[in-house]
Amino acid sequence: MILSVRDLKVSFRTHDGLVRAIDGVSFDLEESEILGVVGESGSGKTVSLLAVMGLITDPNATIEGSIRYKGRELVGLPPRELRRLRGNEIAMIFQDPMTALTPVYTIGWQIAEQIRAHRGVSKSKAMERVEQLLAEVNFPNPHEAMSRYPHQLSGGMRQRAVIAMALSCDPTLLVADEPTTALDVTVQAGILDLVRKLRATHKSAVVFITHDMGVVSELADRVMVMYAGRVVERGTRTDLFSDPRHPYTRALLGSIPPLTGQKPRRLPAIPGSPPSLLRLPQGCAFGPRCPVRYEPCETAKPDLGAGAHAAACFRVAQAWANR
Amino acid sequence: MIYAILRRFGQMLFVMFGISVIVFLIFFATPGADPAARIAGRNASPEVLAAVRHSFGFDQPLYVQYVRMMEKIFVTGDLTSFVNRGWKVVPAVMDSIPVTLSLVFGAAILWVVVSIVIGIVAAATRDSWLDKLLMALGLLGISMPVYWLGEVMNLITQSRYHDSWAFSWVPPLGYKNFSDDPKGWFLTLVIPWITLAILYIGIYGRVLRAAIIESMQEDYIRTARAKGLSETRILFRHALRTSLIAFVTLFGLDFGALVGGSALLTEVVFGLHGIGKLTYDALQNLDLPMIMATVMYASMFVVVANAVVDFVYILLDPRLRTS
Repeated sequence: MILSVRDLKVSFRTHDGLVRAIDGVSFDLEESEILGVVGESGSGKTVSLLAVMGLITDPNATIEGSIRYKGRELVGLPPRELRRLRGNEIAMIFQDPMTALTPVYTIGWQIAEQIRAHRGVSKSKAMERVEQLLAEVNFPNPHEAMSRYPHQLSGGMRQRAVIAMALSCDPTLLVADEPTTALDVTVQAGILDLVRKLRATHKSAVVFITHDMGVVSELADRVMVMYAGRVVERGTRTDLFSDPRHPYTRALLGSIPPLTGQKPRRLPAIPGSPPSLLRLPQGCAFGPRCPVRYEPCETAKPDLGAGAHAAACFRVAQAWANR
Repeated sequence: MIYAILRRFGQMLFVMFGISVIVFLIFFATPGADPAARIAGRNASPEVLAAVRHSFGFDQPLYVQYVRMMEKIFVTGDLTSFVNRGWKVVPAVMDSIPVTLSLVFGAAILWVVVSIVIGIVAAATRDSWLDKLLMALGLLGISMPVYWLGEVMNLITQSRYHDSWAFSWVPPLGYKNFSDDPKGWFLTLVIPWITLAILYIGIYGRVLRAAIIESMQEDYIRTARAKGLSETRILFRHALRTSLIAFVTLFGLDFGALVGGSALLTEVVFGLHGIGKLTYDALQNLDLPMIMATVMYASMFVVVANAVVDFVYILLDPRLRTS
């Protein structure tokens, strides 16, 4: 077990009151496994992984629960200790490659900086490693690319550079926060291939955050669906795509247009919009948008429960009980 | 590169030409500014006026007068004051330059160094008591006008406490040539430097603090944190460099203006006969040749300072480098 998150809660104090961005999220990650985390904007996908990275720097944030990396508790770990893990054993790829790199330094310099922060190697040794990494992420001319500034590269190339940077210290855990969202579809496919290939060569476990079900179906071993700060369904990729249980998961899958057969006249959409985290309903957060809600949904929040394939829904629990 | 420099030089010449024409025309278009009447004195007879007009060349077309004046400033250097015909304008400006340069350079070094330290410390300890104290002191410095602060400084160091051990080293007001007496040069300028710098330290410290805090919100700072870099390194290597752009812009403008004569108040308070004082006296007497020479000198410094700022931009930000 690489990562074990238990009952993680992240809340922010704001002018309008306490916002609970993450409300009791638990998940595990095995070695060299790819976990897809799916959900709409504001569902807490990114915040929960930023918490794992120790990158929530907002002084108004409180983080509760437990995050164990290789058995070591990360919540409350001194910043210096956390820094030693970050970029070294736990690395992150960000959503927008346009802004993720410091504009005033070359790609080579920025990757070498990370290597030298964690490994006591000489500058020239670090640069050799950078060239090798850039070749690995399919830069056509790695040596020349090292002396390029971020603004001289295309979005796809920048994302490759960010990936090379994340891999520079052979991390055991790689967190990818919507790495393909800001890219063209053709470039996206290349990046996904790259992540898959690197998982094989570097043996890194990957947490892949996305709102794109298509990406999940291509890449993930296991999937976790999030809604309003909670996990609503988890299971293997096959579980989720062949037997989606939570009404939200089903709605998400239903809104993907079919590639074959008759095209629907209108693409089904989920009615309503995600609730404000400031004013969550008392019962199930998805309740107001749910087509199958009934009385219990109004008063209590359903638990996810145990089991490899589980959904946090009273209807599902009822269906199983009646079986 | 050479082409860019030449083009820049051409622009500078054009700007200075425009300024000279405007100043020249304003002078002749100013109501009641008939230079002949001024030179001839009160109650001069029409014959005397006509004679003065002829002898100063005011009866010639404006463009001839303009060209002759420019020739006398830049080629022959023998332009004389309208107020005192034995007083040559170009040497008068040349004599004032070292005074103003000594004052402004020293103050600039002081305010740049101190305000960078203050800006960094305040940004790094954001919202702490230290940050609040520094910003309050900065505001105090901005709020104290130079003519008041300078007089208070003089009151303390020249009379009230001059006999105490703390200020007995302060020499009487006035300027000493660096080549004649380096120690005297330094000692006479210490108090003017501090006085002039205090205002700018406040402004620059606040500007830099705000710029650093803004850069610290950027995505690439999050990337730098994810790389496992220390907060110190993130601040100095990733946030500071982009923050300096605003600082440099401001510095170029202020430095050019001060060297060009805006240090007038400081010069007057401390009895330094610099460019500011020379320009002020020339304006009081509507002494066109002197005004023209000092304005040409000032515009040259403003234009050069702007060119230097552009050059520093390119050093700071590779995105501005065009091939």
